[in-house]
Amino acid sequence: MFPGSNCDHDTYHIISKVIGQPVEFIWHRQASVGDCDAVILPGGFSYGDYLRTGAIARFSPVMGAVKEFASRGGLVMGICNGFQILCEAGLLPGALLRNSNLKFICEHVNMRIEVTDTPFTSRCRRGQVLSVPIAHGDGNYFCDPQTLAELQREDRIIFRYSDAQGDLTPESNPNGSLDNIAGICNRERNVIGMMPHPERASEELLGSNDGRIIFRSLADTLAELAKAS
Amino acid sequence: MKAKVYVTLKPSVLDPQGKAIHHAVETIGYRTVTDVRQGKYFEITLDDAVSAEAARAEISRLARDVLSNPVIEDFRIELDSDPEA
Repeated sequence: MFPGSNCDHDTYHIISKVIGQPVEFIWHRQASVGDCDAVILPGGFSYGDYLRTGAIARFSPVMGAVKEFASRGGLVMGICNGFQILCEAGLLPGALLRNSNLKFICEHVNMRIEVTDTPFTSRCRRGQVLSVPIAHGDGNYFCDPQTLAELQREDRIIFRYSDAQGDLTPESNPNGSLDNIAGICNRERNVIGMMPHPERASEELLGSNDGRIIFRSLADTLAELAKAS
Repeated sequence: MKAKVYVTLKPSVLDPQGKAIHHAVETIGYRTVTDVRQGKYFEITLDDAVSAEAARAEISRLARDVLSNPVIEDFRIELDSDPEA
């Protein structure tokens, strides 16, 4: 949690009450992530998005611990502002630019599952379409052509904006992201960033529980890792 | 000592804000404006005891590591000790 995070409680609620796993808040001033199995950087507007989204949060003491945790293979997930912070911190390539239409967009979008061999999509089906909300002003994914080619070649584009049938159309790309990118992972596949908010779509009461499968995948992966060790 | 840092989007990066400004500027009658790119400008004051050389090194590091994102932006530095261009 950073000053300005605002999806921390939603995420906490989903993991504890819906997925039924232990979870605790880690404040940005802490220099350690303790003995947790996974770290989630929640959405929000850390440091008011001043300078650039995620630019100041990446210097928080906790980010040193997150980097160290990730380098040991720890699972790290950044949602929305968390994705922006992971890019600024260099844990994921690229950057999130202002939406191409200059508007803050808050709506349900469809995202297509592109790969299932990640700890965060292991329960999903390739080509499966999830309806999950976005809520951002800077979600326009950008990277240089070499990086994009690398992401494509290494199957590191995990989610793409699509229509309800799973077709990638320009109309289904809400923010101008390169190649309809909604989420990517690092080369080691243990760090993931995504602009859509699965924690806001994990209970039927809120209109969609499509996002739950992301957290279920994460919980399953951790359970299997625990069994194997 | 004072320093100025200009942060601009790389030419390869689209600038929707600059585009919107350009469009508005055209609409209100500035017909000769052919493009607008928006950037950021910082005025930074340094300890006067710092030498020009040390100041340049410090500001370069600050501009590279904090004020700009090398994935999408370039920067340019001016120190008030620089000779007028």
